[in-house]
Amino acid sequence: MRKIDVLMAGVGGQGVILASDSLAEVAMRAGFDVKKSDAIGMAQRGGSVVSHIRIGAKVFAPLIKKGEADFLVGFERLEAARCASYINPNGLAIISDQELPPLSVAGDAASYPDQEKVARVVSLYTKRLAFVPGLRIAQALGNARVAGVVLLGFLSAFLPVEVALWQEDIARRVDAKFREINLKAFAQGREEAMVFRSTETEAKAVVREEVPKRLRNITRNGGRR
Amino acid sequence: MRRLLSGNEAIALGAYHAGVSVATAYPGTPSTEILENLARLPGPYVEWSANEKVAMEVGLGASYGGVRALVSMKHVGLNVAADPFFAASVTGVRGGLVVVSCDDPGMHSSQGEQDNRHFARFAKIPMLEPSDSQEAYDLMSIAFQLSEEFDTPVMVRSTTRISHCKGVVEIGEAASWQPKRPRFIRDLDKFVMVPSNARKRRPLMEERVATLARWADNFPKNEVIIQNTRLGVIASGAAYQYAREVFKKASFLKLVATYPLPKQLIADFSRQVETLVVVEELDPFMEEQIRAMGLEVKGKEFVPPIGELTIDTLEDSAHRVGLLKNVRRALSRKETQVELPVRPPVLCAGCPHIATSFVLRRLGFYRHLNPLEANEGGKLPSGLRQGGIIATSDIGCYTLAVYPPLLALDTCACMGASIGQALGLEKAGVANKIVAVIGDSTFVHSGITGLVDMVYNQSAGTVVILDNDTTGMTGHQGHPGTGISPRGEKLTKVDLEYLCRGLGVRDVNVVNAFDIAQIEHTLRRCVESEETSVIIARGPCPLKERPTSRPFSIDADRCDGCATCLRLGCPALLREGDKATIDKGRCVGDACGICLQVCPREAIVRAEKEIA
Ligand code: SF4
Ligand code: SF4
Repeated sequence: MRKIDVLMAGVGGQGVILASDSLAEVAMRAGFDVKKSDAIGMAQRGGSVVSHIRIGAKVFAPLIKKGEADFLVGFERLEAARCASYINPNGLAIISDQELPPLSVAGDAASYPDQEKVARVVSLYTKRLAFVPGLRIAQALGNARVAGVVLLGFLSAFLPVEVALWQEDIARRVDAKFREINLKAFAQGREEAMVFRSTETEAKAVVREEVPKRLRNITRNGGRR
Repeated sequence: MRRLLSGNEAIALGAYHAGVSVATAYPGTPSTEILENLARLPGPYVEWSANEKVAMEVGLGASYGGVRALVSMKHVGLNVAADPFFAASVTGVRGGLVVVSCDDPGMHSSQGEQDNRHFARFAKIPMLEPSDSQEAYDLMSIAFQLSEEFDTPVMVRSTTRISHCKGVVEIGEAASWQPKRPRFIRDLDKFVMVPSNARKRRPLMEERVATLARWADNFPKNEVIIQNTRLGVIASGAAYQYAREVFKKASFLKLVATYPLPKQLIADFSRQVETLVVVEELDPFMEEQIRAMGLEVKGKEFVPPIGELTIDTLEDSAHRVGLLKNVRRALSRKETQVELPVRPPVLCAGCPHIATSFVLRRLGFYRHLNPLEANEGGKLPSGLRQGGIIATSDIGCYTLAVYPPLLALDTCACMGASIGQALGLEKAGVANKIVAVIGDSTFVHSGITGLVDMVYNQSAGTVVILDNDTTGMTGHQGHPGTGISPRGEKLTKVDLEYLCRGLGVRDVNVVNAFDIAQIEHTLRRCVESEETSVIIARGPCPLKERPTSRPFSIDADRCDGCATCLRLGCPALLREGDKATIDKGRCVGDACGICLQVCPREAIVRAEKEIA
């Protein structure tokens, strides 16, 4: 069996660890060998969080090699851009529309990258990029916190794991009163992925010439909030 | 049963299934979760010790009492515990004593990088190194057995990538907790290390190492994997996993027992391969010993001695020395083409350390003239000498105040050092006033003795204890100053005020950590006084207490963008255009309120006002 390397990146408090725990768990239940490593900065919250999940028949190294990740799941734009070099040339970058400027930006020392810049960075490594309106879907459902689960739903559409396993795992992980909203978020993320898949082949050809503008169109998610 | 466990979870469960009765630790990344996970399981006695030295002593005592004991800590913790660790090697044990040291190559969360395999060799204690969660689990029962059979403490060395990496672990269905019966048998020759007895134990220690080396030669977890015999790789721990991916076709000698080294096994392996290399993180620990056996071996000429190994670095350097051909060169070069803002670690919104740090900066060495001072005509705050105060810092969340925009601290070396350093600076005759900053947990860990020294030596310095009633940095563990056990039970609480007074400090002050005026007033008075003083700045950690008060907001009409509030470094305060704004999702409002106190234009408002 081929290996699947998934890199998740975001900011502390966004639920990156919960999402990667869930992915690792369902992959194990689906019969694969799994290794999952989290790289968390010094601060409890507010720092960069990166999670490496490696799935395969037998996994050795706990970390993904640069240029090897099959999927990059970015919970936040800047952190996604930071990890772009991990993606392999056929890899898919799934990036949420969430913005969390770090203090270096608040203090005016640097500027927060817009969607176009992120697309430019990612396109150095792969042409397959999906901006997912995770936060907007979550807000529409009534809880911004489930934005991460939307991304998980999106990712799930590309992995050889049954939906039922995901649903079970998510239900087990969250409080009973948030179960329904989490499952809905997951389902909507999956749906977004179906739409993306159907437009991807057609979009690819155009993307090469004019990356940023076209990408904004195919994801139906123009620019900022 | 298959379970997904981190290395630390696996170590805890492995020790549990090996019947551990007493487990002690001081929290420290990457080791913390070992004790935390044991505390979730019924049966064993678990404690957060005041520091690693005490943890080791408690573990040793339990072992003398005939039960199995586990002591865990981060790499630098073993420096603190070195004294009883070496002593344990001399006396040996009764019940098994396993010491887990979690190293941090790459310094993800540490003040330094050190290869604790040297400690095992230095103390003549056998060492085992797991290379994944399964092995971490399996090794615990082996380690306890080994300890009892060879009358020695056993060291298990993990690293960040083992401790914090989750992997699949197979656990026997029948596994359960079966502790040994406690019993102390008096044995003065063994337990009382007066010189005449210690002299008798010394040769036994050498014999022990020799027997253990023979044991290691036949230890089945030291695995030989023969594939292509052109290249033979010797590796242990996480380095083994990286090496497996980089040298896909090579033969391997995976070592789990890495001190003493299984020399026969290594010699046999070397005969089977053409080129022998050692892949190890940090120091050439195995390499040097293997070379001393007279074998030709490559190691540090291509494996970097600094930092964590990655597949990329290993591949690059293997390519450089010709061990690998046709590697797809890392694409990472492209990274340099794009500049992205950094995301430095920050204190949390509502953090009780922000106000004190802000005051320290205002009075401090790194004094930047700010609008508040400009009001005073750019003059120095009253009573302070040119250059301001020096703030020596310790290790904890508050160390983050060294980063911009706070820039409040001047030193940071190791646990407890802030107080001794402050005294040293003072006695050196430095003209500045000196304030030592230390957290409540760190103060109990190793600040108490420093304060005793200050009192005794008539220091005029000031110690600020930032008391957030928890061990914040490592994730809210209890300590003697909180009176909370690792299982969450209420124990006796050590009262810091009384403690300081009892040590002989007459000037002990307790201030509200969110009251800037009170902190500043007290601090100014204390640094001017000629006697030792302590200020306890008390306020709960917002991540532990989770305050639910309403967030503040900023009246954009009043805000003139002076950025004073942004200098607090609160992550809920952001810049929007040329004004400041508050992220309502993060601000804890009245539970904090420090930005309200610094805004010169009174632009920051409570939610009630906003609604009205
Ligand atoms: S009150 Fe001010 S300083 Fe405190 S958390 Fe809210 S924004 Fe930050
Ligand atoms: S809120 Fe107050 S302190 Fe912050 S920038 Fe505006 S005027 Fe200055």
